[in-house]
Amino acid sequence: MNLEKVIFGFFIVLAATLNFGFFIGDIDNPAHHDLYELFAAIVVNLIATVLKFGDRTQIGAIHLATSLVADLQLLAAAMTWGYAAHVAGTGLTEGVMSSIVSLSGGALFANVVSVVILIAETIMQRR
Amino acid sequence: MPGPAATSTIFLVLRRLRTPLIVLITIFAISVLGLTLVPGPPGADGVLQRLSFFHAVYFFSYTATTIGFGEIPYAFSEQQRLWVTFSIYLSVVGWAYTLGTVFAMLQDKTFISAVAMQRFVRQVRRLREHFFLVCGYGETGRLLCKALDEMGYRAVVIEKDEAKVGELELQSYSADMPALCADAGDPETLLVAGLNSKYCRGVIALTNDDSTNLAIAIAARLLAPSLTALCRAKHADTVANMASFGTRHIINPFDKFGEYMALAIHSPSAYHLLLWLTGLPGTTVTRHRDPPSGKWVLCGYGSFGKVMTQALESAAMPVTIIDRAPPEDGTYTWIKGDGTGHAALAAAGIEDAAGIVAATGSDVNNLSIVVTAHQMNPQLFTVLRQNQVANRALFDAFESDFTMVPSEIIAHECLAILTTPLLAPFLQAVRTSEEHWAEQLLADLTSRFGWDVPSVWSVSFNLVQAPSVYRKMMRHEACPTLGELLRAPVTGRPQLHCRPLLLLREGNAPLVLPGEGEPLQLGDQLLFVGREEARKELNLTLFNSHTLDYVLTGKDAPGGTVWEWLARRRATARTR
Repeated sequence: MNLEKVIFGFFIVLAATLNFGFFIGDIDNPAHHDLYELFAAIVVNLIATVLKFGDRTQIGAIHLATSLVADLQLLAAAMTWGYAAHVAGTGLTEGVMSSIVSLSGGALFANVVSVVILIAETIMQRR
Repeated sequence: MPGPAATSTIFLVLRRLRTPLIVLITIFAISVLGLTLVPGPPGADGVLQRLSFFHAVYFFSYTATTIGFGEIPYAFSEQQRLWVTFSIYLSVVGWAYTLGTVFAMLQDKTFISAVAMQRFVRQVRRLREHFFLVCGYGETGRLLCKALDEMGYRAVVIEKDEAKVGELELQSYSADMPALCADAGDPETLLVAGLNSKYCRGVIALTNDDSTNLAIAIAARLLAPSLTALCRAKHADTVANMASFGTRHIINPFDKFGEYMALAIHSPSAYHLLLWLTGLPGTTVTRHRDPPSGKWVLCGYGSFGKVMTQALESAAMPVTIIDRAPPEDGTYTWIKGDGTGHAALAAAGIEDAAGIVAATGSDVNNLSIVVTAHQMNPQLFTVLRQNQVANRALFDAFESDFTMVPSEIIAHECLAILTTPLLAPFLQAVRTSEEHWAEQLLADLTSRFGWDVPSVWSVSFNLVQAPSVYRKMMRHEACPTLGELLRAPVTGRPQLHCRPLLLLREGNAPLVLPGEGEPLQLGDQLLFVGREEARKELNLTLFNSHTLDYVLTGKDAPGGTVWEWLARRRATARTR
């Protein structure tokens, strides 16, 4: 067992699970989607991205790409939230909430791809 | 293919910065999260306020980067201030760690060399003109690069010694010369430096180390078989080894000088002609005294001494050797000593000798030998071996008859082979010629062009090098002779200041000194000697069809469709 692999796998799976936790629930109901969970998902995603830096293989490149996609989508979701709550002054309307959650849904898809690659890589190695 | 080393810089940076980036993200996350949880002052309705994520991120963005706008959007509570104090120290540690890692990485040797390598690869890949690959930037390499630069060629340099690479960057060459600090014996390095690039015209191995030169020779032979490869070799067994796998140009400076010396004894004019034609651009050849026949004394029987002894003995001049150890092939007269003192020189019979060769490996000893010998016999012909270019001032001050500088000999030879391939057959003709023929030619050429080293260039009459002549001859419009072509495109069409030396025609033996009436044929290759202006004017003629028309007919042909049409009309009207 390799500690580096444990940490790597941990962050990738955690990024996906947090993202899923935020995504699940009615799409337009703010009560179903916790702000702190979004924050945690963003932070863990960023860390997962940095962990993927510096791998020159083809699989490493795809890993990094999926993470960057997830970061982009989650940050867009967070910005939408901040804009609605502070700048636009409308508060969290149903429309805003659905766009935030759908953005995080996109990120979830990228994270799932990431997890699938992780599993595929593990199976390929056979040790 | 950029090579594995080329793309590694960005990955190296990312990998090194992994930990600092994670630390920064974590610290930022903890600080922001904490600030959203810590209770703030009571609001207007008496309820404790909390900072939203939006405000917390905003606050830490300016606090952590030390901008510090103050407490926004309202004055903080004491609990919030406590948390912010803690967070500020945390972020300072994070930034200090990150910056420390970045600076350590910038000074890291592997990182610097990776960056240099990448820059070099990019420079070589972007070269869009012909270049020569020079391995080893020692004294010879420097001379050669300078000459190539003056002649308008580019060079790519590989040198093992970092200090010498730095020196190259300080030199003011007119064109940029990509240089890499690496071992040229490594085939990977040679490939990165453009060995099999389509712009590479030749590879020149000039390192001090025979085994490295050998490695370059074999790499060039296998990876780029059609490329001209020139290799320097110090030892006879290296020469044999290189020759065994078909290296065509092997340069051993001692052998070369022995050849020169033999030629100078056998035919002084041919020797001077050779020097004049192969000199480094921008230098002047001075006429030497011809080596006299008689008894010779040689100090230092090393590899150079051996070659010199053979050259002298084959010209029937008896040689007395002064050396500490007796020569292995003990057929020569031998005096024990080092030649720097009176005793050994007197014992060797310096008083009635015709010449002396100072051939030891030490410059100071060589000078001491000839100065002492010169005092004892002022009529002596002196041949000096100079080992270090840096000692030039001393050697110039003594004014010996012959000075043998290995680096200059190699540079001459390389230039002659690389830049004008036709020169070699001509020089061969000079070497085997009669003395009076060479004397006549030398007198002709130097009275016309002076003793400054002339321009020597070759032209192939094909579509690439002489498009205007090629087109004209393909259309059978004209079949100019050499004399007709070699005129300046100015009023009166005076003769160009150049002279054809050699004509190479498919299927014929090389014609030395073709006459003015020689008609040109397509595919002819010609070697010219002359002034640089003549070369430029000839090039103009060869490339511009209007200039060619003027040179051949003396009339300015009209240019442009309308004028050509008018001229044709006028011509038909006249014939009617």
